[in-house]
Amino acid sequence: MTGRVELWLYIAQRVSAMVLAPLVLVHLATIVYAIRDGLSAAEILSRTQGSILWAGFYGLFVVAAAVHGTIGLRVILREMTPWRGKSLNVAAIGFCLVVLFLGFRAVEAVT
Amino acid sequence: MEESSGAAKELTFEVWRGGEDGHFASYTVPHQEKQTVLDAVTYIQRRLDPSLSYRFACRIGMCGSCAMMVNGAPRWTCRTNAARIAKDRKIRLAPLRNLPVIKDLVTDMTVFFEKWQKASGTFVPSEPGASEFAAVAPESKERKAASAGIECIGCGVCYAACDVVKWNPDYLGPAQLNRAWTLVNDVRDADRKGHLAAVAVDAGCHACHSHQNCTTYCPKGLNPTESIAGLKRATMSAALKGDL
Repeated sequence: MTGRVELWLYIAQRVSAMVLAPLVLVHLATIVYAIRDGLSAAEILSRTQGSILWAGFYGLFVVAAAVHGTIGLRVILREMTPWRGKSLNVAAIGFCLVVLFLGFRAVEAVT
Repeated sequence: MEESSGAAKELTFEVWRGGEDGHFASYTVPHQEKQTVLDAVTYIQRRLDPSLSYRFACRIGMCGSCAMMVNGAPRWTCRTNAARIAKDRKIRLAPLRNLPVIKDLVTDMTVFFEKWQKASGTFVPSEPGASEFAAVAPESKERKAASAGIECIGCGVCYAACDVVKWNPDYLGPAQLNRAWTLVNDVRDADRKGHLAAVAVDAGCHACHSHQNCTTYCPKGLNPTESIAGLKRATMSAALKGDL
């Protein structure tokens, strides 16, 4: 595996995209369904709080989005700016951790 | 006899002169029927300015040496009809994009062929000294995949058209990866793993964005994007099986 970082990042980005695709569709469908009688925090929390299923759903969503977004952002920076090397990789991992932290905080708040 | 006036029978060529920081110089060339862009460049060099540098050899679309930027797009000039490509009877010629300029229309192709080596574009015989022809079924999947990419003439048009090369000068390039794909599918080749390892690197096949500029401009009608997609699948499969 060592020395094949770009290949594994490529695989991780494709796999995370495959995970994200159905999750995004369910998320969008849920939004449309949930606001049919108006939108309220109480209504959302009543559905999500205490639900292991929704916690798992959005937990997986957060992980996939963090992985997918980080790899994509790193590629864009490598192509559009002169930024390369270890400092970029450290920054990308940092970005990933921030997204994971914020994402799980949000998941925890509604479940 | 549709064009009777002298002016109508002329084409204006704006030609890049000098190195990286050169300029465009204008030349008026008499138009002849079926005249190619290369014919016009030869006219300029022989009749108007013998100091003009350019490359050509076969003049019939085989050798891949006369590629240039014609009105902003990479083309093989020996097979490009001058009148048809002209805009308001003007044609702008520049050296191939993404390569260092040596002088005028001549680029330094060293990096192009160095990357050919880096992408492991060399056949590795499995039976050195074999006296019999290898039997390869023409209808086999591998033979068809190799055949689809094998007519590359190394002209550098795809390399000049590629935006990923522009953004990342280390990117191996479409022609190079296409060549690697033909070898990966060559059942006589002894080092499939070596070819895959050579392209599964930073700035290798996974850097391709599938823009398909290479496919759009390839004068031989090849599809390097498809070859690169094949390499992505093959390397991914090898990695997941633990072979890479």
